Amino acid sequence: MRPLLILCLMMATCCVHAAEVDVSVAIPRIDASEYHRPYVAVWIENGDQSVAANLAVWYAQTDSKEGAGTKWLTDLRQWWRRSGRNQSMPIDGVSGATRPVGQHQLRFDAAQPPLAALKAGKYSLVVEAAREVGGRELLRIPFEWPITSTRHLDAQGEHELGLVKLDLNP
Amino acid sequence: MNASLNILALTLALALPLSAHAHKTWLLPSETVLAGDDPWITVDAAVSNDLFYFNHMPLRLDGLTITGPDGKAVQAENSASGKLRNTFDVHLASPGTYRIAIINAGLFASWDVDGKPKRWRGTADSFAREVPKDAKNLKVTESSGRIETFVTAGQPNEVALKASGTGLEMLAVTHPNDLFAGEVATFKLLLDGKPAADLGVEIIPDGIRYRDKQNELSVSTDKNGEFRVTWPSAGRYWLEAKVEDAKTSLPHASGRRASFVATLEVLPQ
Repeated sequence: MRPLLILCLMMATCCVHAAEVDVSVAIPRIDASEYHRPYVAVWIENGDQSVAANLAVWYAQTDSKEGAGTKWLTDLRQWWRRSGRNQSMPIDGVSGATRPVGQHQLRFDAAQPPLAALKAGKYSLVVEAAREVGGRELLRIPFEWPITSTRHLDAQGEHELGLVKLDLNP
Repeated sequence: MNASLNILALTLALALPLSAHAHKTWLLPSETVLAGDDPWITVDAAVSNDLFYFNHMPLRLDGLTITGPDGKAVQAENSASGKLRNTFDVHLASPGTYRIAIINAGLFASWDVDGKPKRWRGTADSFAREVPKDAKNLKVTESSGRIETFVTAGQPNEVALKASGTGLEMLAVTHPNDLFAGEVATFKLLLDGKPAADLGVEIIPDGIRYRDKQNELSVSTDKNGEFRVTWPSAGRYWLEAKVEDAKTSLPHASGRRASFVATLEVLPQ
């Protein structure tokens, strides 16, 4: 009974105090005769544009006759420069398949990796999207860490991205 | 083609980057920043006035030296010779930075035989054997030239970028595959391994055919041999530096001409 009680207490403590970060990325419907789902990278950027945390990377997981899905990761050119070229794909808990048109939610616990390692300071959420035979777009949403009050931030994409929302919940 | 014509063609091809009225020599890689498990690039090698269009003659691949991310030589594959360009492929089998270079070094000599000029090209060793001791009006020039480009698969590294210590070379302060529009890049020129101070560097962007001017960026090295360039826009750039001095390896040579050419790709932000 005792360990269970402690576990219950720990869970209660964790859930009462855990700050949360909710990221919402809209992939817009695009009328194109040849449409491919975009490659998308979502990360947190330090003030000097280095990468503080990778949150998501969506790319083609299967090889096609045109080569490995990883081949086109350089099209996410800021992400590739700042982080991708130093990674070995796939990245556990970060990378996954491309997503369809629609709103995609990501939720992160501020007390858990990768956010737990963030020091107090100024950061930006960066979302970069690149689409085969389409365009590329990058959005930045600046924010401060740690979360002291509820903040609802957003940035509106114009072609490859729709509305990107960043909700900070203390 | 008979032997003497062959030598003449070779001499011309090698002399081109050094001549005052030189066409531009260049290597043009299909990509410079690559991802994926098994990337390949193809490289065009040509001599032309217009960057980067094959409209004059191919650049000979003698002296082609590809250095891999571990510092070891990499073989070019699928080499082909064309009327206007030569090409080859490079398999980037392991991640890191590759240096692709055409390195020319040699001696040029000319002298009179029965009132007609005779031309010769060779090395310091063959000079003693092949050039008559009593050659009339002997003129000897030493030359050393490098034509380079750089590509990176995955994470950039610096092993292939080490200087050899001979001729005119460029050391990366900013990595040559980490160049972005609007940012400043710093490079260092070395002559025989020592900083090449106060040397002019000419940098010309791609696409000359579609504009009225060369749009060259002219910069100079400082006392440490370093120069800085702020890339005005994304694209490919051709970079050249030349120096003439009297540091010859043979007493017969009246002077030395050293040149360095690089093709660099600047990416958009």
